[in-house]
Formats: sequence, structure tokens, C-alpha cells
Amino acid sequence: MNPYGRGRMLLTVLVALVLTVLPLPPWLDVLRPAFLVLAVLHWSVNAPRTGGIALGFFAGLLLDVFQGPVLGQRALALALVSYIGVREHQRIRSKPAFQQAIIVFAALAVYEFVVFAIDGWSGHPVTSPLRWVHTVTGALIWPPLAAILGQGSAGHA
Amino acid sequence: MAAFGTAAGRPLQGRGGSPGFRFTLYAALAVVVMYLDQREHYLEQLHYLLQAAAYPIQLAVNSPSTAWQWMRQSFESRERLQAENAHLRAGARDLELRSMRYEALARENGELRGLRDAVPPVADRWLAAEIVNIQLSSLRQRLLIDRGAVNGVFRAQAVLDDRGLIGQTTHVGPWSAEVILITDPAHAVPVRIERTGLRTIAVGAGDATTLALPYLPANADIKSGDLLVTSGLGGVFPEGYPVARVTEVHRDAVQPLAQVRAAPLAHIDTDSEVMLVWFRADHPAAPAPTAGSVGEIRSGNRAMQPQPVPPRAAPPPAPPPAARAPASAAAPTSAVVPVSPSASRAAAPAHPPASSAPSEPELQPAPPASTPAPEPASEPAPEPAPAPKEPQ
Repeated sequence: MNPYGRGRMLLTVLVALVLTVLPLPPWLDVLRPAFLVLAVLHWSVNAPRTGGIALGFFAGLLLDVFQGPVLGQRALALALVSYIGVREHQRIRSKPAFQQAIIVFAALAVYEFVVFAIDGWSGHPVTSPLRWVHTVTGALIWPPLAAILGQGSAGHA
Repeated sequence: MAAFGTAAGRPLQGRGGSPGFRFTLYAALAVVVMYLDQREHYLEQLHYLLQAAAYPIQLAVNSPSTAWQWMRQSFESRERLQAENAHLRAGARDLELRSMRYEALARENGELRGLRDAVPPVADRWLAAEIVNIQLSSLRQRLLIDRGAVNGVFRAQAVLDDRGLIGQTTHVGPWSAEVILITDPAHAVPVRIERTGLRTIAVGAGDATTLALPYLPANADIKSGDLLVTSGLGGVFPEGYPVARVTEVHRDAVQPLAQVRAAPLAHIDTDSEVMLVWFRADHPAAPAPTAGSVGEIRSGNRAMQPQPVPPRAAPPPAPPPAARAPASAAAPTSAVVPVSPSASRAAAPAHPPASSAPSEPELQPAPPASTPAPEPASEPAPEPAPAPKEPQ
């Protein structure tokens, strides 16, 4: 992937971060997909060498500054998600959008589970089922999002 | 941050190691970071740097709403501005009148308590801060404000608005600080019911308009409409600041504890500006000095352990024996008929207020009663108030 693509990747991750921390009314906040996770997942699947685990880790660390109870929580969860993405990138890429969405749902559930578990261990347990809602909305938004992110860089990496 | 460019153009299993290896590396790093942050609070420096790095992003996040507000303000009609101006003027006049009365009351109170330094308010200095970002989810209730270490903001500093308590700072960056709201589920504030003096703890309920009081027994004297003020315990907030008003009290015959909810007085969800407050450490109503880390009130605060000496004793070298004499002699004079004011070394007439606080003769009235003792009984009561000099 060329440096142009790397700049694009950083830019999209930054935009995703902004969308993730943008203040929203509570009911919308519950529905908000985890844009940063989706972006990181997209780049680890479609550019596993450029993006990948380091991108996930540092993006997660930055997200922790904004909204983590403990530094490193989302860094770990995002590194795990991008590891799954990098490892299975060929299998995921060859699937049609609908099946990709199901895989994304699973990845988001893994992410949320790690965050949930660390919340519990660090003494901030929140057992509200609402925290799982975004895995569904994230999976639903994946096909259009992947189309937008993949514009112009299809077949790369 | 440039780390993830290094693997470009190489095969996937190249120099960076296999994905599994790299993941293990980063996962271990994350776990170490979490451990250090959670258990040891070692990472203040890293927090500081990351907060600085994140600030531009936060400004970008906030820019749409800032632009919207600016637009709205610049297109406001003249009539509305005039009406608002008149309203503000009336409000200012009202406040001035009230604060005139307040000064008088505060002075009177100071005289009654015989404390030379009860008159200056406990708040030493204010700083207005603008809210840059706000998070009001059920898991986290936080603000980001645009003041940081360069403005002298410190960790666990009290944050208020013009109606009541908002929260305290948790992480301070160079130009910004994170504030945990009193409604955050991880935050608890020690309060006192103003009507009865009953002390309890108000815990955030994860909702900007609700606090929970989970530790009150079912027979506690509390009812809807009671005002909750800070109790001064806990080492962050000084005593007597309004926090919330009780909205509902549920008493269930089966439950040993009452279920009480209260609504914060501060307009947490609509404020655009908050106040950072510095308190006078030597004031009687001030929170006990803390050793630095209170933060989220999960770990005990070392400064709140029993202390060998009362915090603001610090009398001048000689006086304690001399001070005790006039104080104890003064107590009976006010209680009944003045027997012999002149007998008590003229200290009591010089300072009549000292005598009307007989409940704690050895602690509080000691410094004031000792200092005027050398002076003759020429100056009547109101003098010590405006000149709050320390005895030292």
C-alpha cells in the first residue's frame, strides 16, 4: 500500500474516533455503532500489513483517554479485534457483504465482551443489556461503511 | 505512532513477527498499562501527555456545537438582547442586595463564633471553565473542560456551577481537565441533610438528573424536598455547598434501607460553563488537606485517618496556657449575669463574641481570645472581622 493509502487510513481512523466521542443524546448514544472498531477492523482486513494490531492498539489507547475507566482497556480489546481481522483477512474478504456483517457482529461482541470484563475487574461493573445494542447497529452499518472505506483502494494490500 | 508503518511492503510473517506474536506483545503491554493505571496510579505522566494529544481532537469534536452557538448568538434579535439585559440587571441588583445582607450575616456569625477568620468565605478563588466535551451515558458521566495544569488546576479539585455541586477533576492535562460528575455511577459525595444534620453518602445513578442515597435506614428522618449539602467529609468538597434536593423516598416494610432519590441542583445537562474553585486551606469549613490522590473514591484517603492534632490548632508559641484562662473564665459571663468582666484580664469585654461559644472552649476560641489579650479593652466587637490576620 502506498503512503497515500496510509494517510487515508489515519484520516478515517481519526474521523471514526471523532464520531465515537461526539456527544449525542442518551437514546442515540445507545444506538451509536462503535465506529472506531469498525474502521480498525476494516483496515486490518483490507490492509493487514499497514494497519493491523499496532493501529488497533494505539487507536484504542487514544479512545481510553476519552472514555475508558482504566487506560489500556480498549487498547487491548481493539488489538484483539484487529488480530482477528489480520489473521482471518483472506477468509473475511472473500465473503459477501451479508456474511461479513455476521462476522463483524461476532467481532464487535468479542470487543464488547473484553471491555465488559475489564469493566468488571476494574470495579466499574455495568450490567445493563443496553451496552450490547451497538453490536447489532454496527453489523447493520458495516456493508455501507465498508463500501465507503474501500472506495478506490479495492484489491490493494 | 509511526510504528504501524514499518511493516509495509513486507510479507505478513516478516520482521514484525507473526500476527499472533505481535498481538501477544501488544496485549501484554495493554495489561501492564492497565495494571499500572488501576492499582498503582503510576501513569499520571502518561495521562498528562495523552490528554494533551487528545485535546485537539476534542476541540474538533466540539466545533460543530460551538459554531452553532456562535451563530445563534450573533443572530439574536435586539429586543431579546434588551430584555435579557434588563433581566440580568434586575438579577444583579437583587444579588447585590442579598450579598449586602450576607456580609452582615457572615460578620455576625463570625462574631458569634469568636473566630477571627470565619468571615472571609471558604472559597479563595474561582476560575470559569468552558465545557469542551460532555459524556452523559449510563456508564460514564464526565465533562472535559478547557482549563488545565497551566491554569493551576489540580487533581480532585471541586467543580461547581452557580446552583450547586457538579463534580471533581480526575485527570488534568496541560490545557484541559476531565471532570467526573456527581451523577457518575463511580462517584460518591458525602452529604448532610440540611434540615436534620443527618450525614450520608450520595452516589451517582448514571443519569444527569438523579442521585441515589442508598445507605439510609428505613426509619431515617428524610422526606421529599429536603436539601442535601456537602458535609465536608471526604477531603474534596468543603462543608455546606448545596448538592441536591430529595425527590422521592420509598420505604418498604421488607427492606431495611430506604430508597431515596435526589435531583442535583446544578444544571449538569444544560450548563456550558462551570466554576473551578480553590478553597482556603486554613478555613474551618475547608475540606481536610489531602495528600494528593483522592480521585475516584474507591480507595481510602490517608488524610482522613484520625489525626493527632486538630487541623487548625497552630497557636502562637506561648498562648495556650494564657488562652485557656480567659476562655474558661469568659464562658460563664455570657451564660448568666456578668459577674465580674474586669476580673478576667479584660479579655472578655474586648471580645464579647468569644464568650458566646462555650461549647468548645479549648479548641476554636483559643487563638482569637489569646491575641487581643495584650490590647486594652478599647475596641468593640466588629473590628476583628475585616482584618483577618493570623495570630502568628
